[in-house]
Amino acid sequence: MIIEPSESKPLLPSLPKACTGIKGLDEITGGGLPQGRPTLVCGSAGCGKTVFSMEFLVHGALMYNEPGVFMAFEEKTEELTINVASLGFDLEKLQQERMIRLDHVHLERSEIEETGEYDLDGLFIRLGHAIDSIGAKRVVLDTIESLFSGLTNQAIIRAELRRLFEWLKDKKVTTIITGEKGEGTLTRHGLEEYVSDCVILLDHRVENKISTRLLRIVKYRGSVHGTNEYPFLIDEDGISVVPVTSLGLSHDVSSERISSGVSGLDSMLGGKGFFRGSSVLVSGTAGTGKTSLAGSFANQTCVSGERCIYFAFEESPKQIIRNMHSIGIDLQAHVDNHMLRLLASRPTINGLEMHLLSITKQVLDFDPSVVILDPITNLVSVGSVSEVKSVLIRLIDFLQGADITVMFTALSLNDNISEQTDESISSLVDAWLLVRDIEFNGERNRGLYVMKSRGMKHSNQVREFVISDSGLDLVDVYMGRDGILTGSAREEQQLAEKTENVIRTHAVSRKDKEIERKRTVLESKIASLREEFDSMQDELNKTYVEEELTRKVMEQNRQEILQKRGGIQ
Amino acid sequence: MEDTGEIWELRLYIAGKTAKSVAALENLKKYCEEYLKDKYVIEVIDLLVHPQLAEGDQILAIPTLVKKVPEPIRKIIGDLSNKEKVLVGLNIRPAKKPE
Repeated sequence: MIIEPSESKPLLPSLPKACTGIKGLDEITGGGLPQGRPTLVCGSAGCGKTVFSMEFLVHGALMYNEPGVFMAFEEKTEELTINVASLGFDLEKLQQERMIRLDHVHLERSEIEETGEYDLDGLFIRLGHAIDSIGAKRVVLDTIESLFSGLTNQAIIRAELRRLFEWLKDKKVTTIITGEKGEGTLTRHGLEEYVSDCVILLDHRVENKISTRLLRIVKYRGSVHGTNEYPFLIDEDGISVVPVTSLGLSHDVSSERISSGVSGLDSMLGGKGFFRGSSVLVSGTAGTGKTSLAGSFANQTCVSGERCIYFAFEESPKQIIRNMHSIGIDLQAHVDNHMLRLLASRPTINGLEMHLLSITKQVLDFDPSVVILDPITNLVSVGSVSEVKSVLIRLIDFLQGADITVMFTALSLNDNISEQTDESISSLVDAWLLVRDIEFNGERNRGLYVMKSRGMKHSNQVREFVISDSGLDLVDVYMGRDGILTGSAREEQQLAEKTENVIRTHAVSRKDKEIERKRTVLESKIASLREEFDSMQDELNKTYVEEELTRKVMEQNRQEILQKRGGIQ
Repeated sequence: MEDTGEIWELRLYIAGKTAKSVAALENLKKYCEEYLKDKYVIEVIDLLVHPQLAEGDQILAIPTLVKKVPEPIRKIIGDLSNKEKVLVGLNIRPAKKPE
């Protein structure tokens, strides 16, 4: 064992490792493959052994400045170059830069005659020459078991292989040896006997007609490693393994709130909407507007300048855009602005683990703040309910760790709320909105409840969920004698109230007029009485004046008479 | 057949003077003298000296005898101790046997 003092870990020298550069694998292995030692990568045909080992070499050359030799026993170098070009690896260029060297070993039994003793020094010399010519640090032997079919003397091959692996260790090159899976053994010819440091098993499993690629580290001497079967994906970026089975509940939480895009819903959720980084389940029977709610949330996210990924398992992106257009939501604009990514795939396109992996990949790539899955119910078609639950747990965990808000929609077939479990994830989510049909008075209307919403005050009321040309809104339902009133019954009630209002207004105005009239009559009566009084007063005054005048005149007359009688005073 | 004037071009790949290599060369010379007198050329290539030559003829095992001419190309690996096999491999039949 080579023990090298490590600067980063001053406590104990640990096993030096060579990074593979394969997404996720270095995390599972705690840093890569054992440096300077051989690693066996085994699996059945078509499980990705060659891609795995080629990626190890190319990443080594491009990212870690470690040249590598690829010794191919099965494919010709030209074929290999073309095959891996689909992964974006330019082997021609790497060969010219002397970072990669390809060597095709051709072994044809019919051309070879064996007589007596021999050894495989030729192979050693070839490999040694290839390693020395570019100063290789990494070597791939793909698939060395071909020796067994090309040569007959197994005793010699076995002895020479043992010598080869020792020799590779002495050369201090990190080696990948690939091997075909055998019946009941890891490899057909028992290579695992010789390579005892690290064994990685690749598997390609088809269950229910759905294929899943799995990777497992069978052994890794001198290192801790993940022991689970990890699903991996081979796509245009090569292999990615996501160690999604880590389940901690220690992520940070945010108390920031984000709007759901429906003002009525926000006000039901304490007036501010969902918590950032929370998980929201929208469930309901068919045609209750789950996708519309999700679309509205996506729209709101993009409008407020954040990115969103919408995974659709039922409708195509174009279909969603068209349908959302009909309720006044323009998702196309957000797609054009690269704020929204609409990804549609049939659930059956790959296994559940693969879905999880591709979702994780997309999320890491796009870095959104909101992820929508519509609907998760369809995933059940590729796995059992418990499998779906396990995948969703890990997905929620991953997204919450990244502070991403996630909205799931789920179709419930059963309208009975108490029995409804919705893939039994309702206990995992932070908020659960239930959209359900309210059938009354010969029509169906939508009612929305907030079943739960962790950590915030939320309304316990049912609201009527109205989808119109201008979007979604929630309106208060009317409580009538027969229960809640929705739809046309609600409108009827509204109309009735309006009519009553008008009639009352009318009645009030009629009374007002009557009062006015009465007042006029009274006032005119008062006026005539006043007139009467005035004339009476005049009459009375007239009499008084006349009397006064008479009295004055009579006094005057009396004085005059007195004077005329002789001035007696 | 021996009168077609063909020359057997033979290459023997070895890696240093090991017992197997020496045995192979001795055996080869013996058979050639016996069956292909004056009609053969033996080229001995030591891969320790010319490692780059191993790739061209697809050499894995040591020693390997490669017959390039006459066609078809054949490879015989081992110390060439089995005379019958070597002769079959080289397309040489013992002169005593009729065509």
